[in-house]
Amino acid sequence: MHFFQQAFSDKERPVKVVPKWLILILTLAFFTQLGWHAQRPAAIAIATQLPEPPSMALLQAVSLDESAAFSRILMFWLQAFDNQPGISLPFNELDYNTITAWLERCLQLDKKAQYPLLAASRLYTQVPDEKKQRIMLEFVHKKFFEDPSSRWPWLTHAVFVAKHRLKDLELALSYARSLRIHATAEHVPTWAKQMELFILEDLDDVEGAKILLGGLLESGAIKDQNEIKFLKQRLGVR
Amino acid sequence: MFTIARFTFYEALHNRLFSMILTGLICILGLTEFIGELAITEAAQTQSILMGSGLRIFAVSAIGLFVITSMAREFDDKGFEILMSLPMSRYSYYLGKFMGFSMLALVIVIAAGLLLSLYSPFSFVFPWLLSLICELLIVISLSLLCMFTFTNITVAFMAVISFYFISRSMHTIQLISNSPILESDSFSQEFINYFIDAIAFVLPELHIFTQSSWLAYGVNISDIVPVLVQTIIYLLLLIAAGLFDLYRKNF
Repeated sequence: MHFFQQAFSDKERPVKVVPKWLILILTLAFFTQLGWHAQRPAAIAIATQLPEPPSMALLQAVSLDESAAFSRILMFWLQAFDNQPGISLPFNELDYNTITAWLERCLQLDKKAQYPLLAASRLYTQVPDEKKQRIMLEFVHKKFFEDPSSRWPWLTHAVFVAKHRLKDLELALSYARSLRIHATAEHVPTWAKQMELFILEDLDDVEGAKILLGGLLESGAIKDQNEIKFLKQRLGVR
Repeated sequence: MFTIARFTFYEALHNRLFSMILTGLICILGLTEFIGELAITEAAQTQSILMGSGLRIFAVSAIGLFVITSMAREFDDKGFEILMSLPMSRYSYYLGKFMGFSMLALVIVIAAGLLLSLYSPFSFVFPWLLSLICELLIVISLSLLCMFTFTNITVAFMAVISFYFISRSMHTIQLISNSPILESDSFSQEFINYFIDAIAFVLPELHIFTQSSWLAYGVNISDIVPVLVQTIIYLLLLIAAGLFDLYRKNF
């Protein structure tokens, strides 16, 4: 108070003019507030009360046309449901269909946002529940088609999850194929476009991989000579 | 003290504050009726929840603004200095003002209660009203403190609104800061966590006040007790801080 008053006005008298009883009450009230707060239960998020998201029209109205900012606020709010100190697997307690509905709303509010897809591919796939992981991967795959040139990183992670965690090579192959066909923008790195090649190899479909490599070389998608040499060696192509 | 309280209340009558409040309440009622037409089910519950939420913000803004502008006018008209020149203790002046504004808050709360009784049983509405008056008392004492400290309408109102919204959302802010997605032991993160926790210690827990869900599902007495205790403690703190600034004021 003293500091603020000095900053805004020089009309003040010394502290000694303040009655002693007032200073005593002020001190007492301050420490009572600290004590009161200290004995109150700590903030704990509850994982089981994630409601269904409201309609887009309502969210847009509430956001006061600040949809990008509101999308971020919603993501932070959604995070608070998942992160609870002392609970090892809070994601497991959540309804993943409801989470995807919220993530979809966040994306609808801000179409350029990457946050919901990052959360879907890297965060919510961490649960040891295959069904829930698949729900998230499907969400990422579905949303990838809306903007492949900027959402490709999340689908590459989905390929990784499908291959290494779910051990579902067919699923990984379908995602990798989507990457090759749709993520055709120049800035998308070739390793992302070539993922299908390695999945085919893992499936022991060497012939398919060779045909695909031929297609990639012919289309000029791979230009680096060392890279071409490495891929040919790997697949035994001369 | 009571004379000052009475004249503060009269001021609200004379500057058309009540007609503005009445207009605002009619608008909220109209909007609530419109929302009731949209709801497929639980129409009364939906209406009471949304009306409660709207009334809460409306009451806080109206009271906060009125206290600040009324005090600013008193400073500008030199009425404050005239009163200070009278043989009257400063705490009498402060408490008189506080009581006058509290009477105004009581009128707003009663009006809100009448509207809410259209959609919720009185046993659900009463605890909500009790909590709203507690919240408004905190806002009144906070607005007085800010006005005595900053003596500027814009700064004081921004401080009151910021304080109010931070107090209401501090619970969520703590949840987010204490449970970051990226686990990090970095100094900056720890510092921010301690900083937020320290702020939470000195803010009132407004997130437990006046919840609109009470209007639809009722509330336990165990949820009301912390509201009352927090109000008493915080009122004491804000009034003492406001008086501290008032005693140091020089004319």
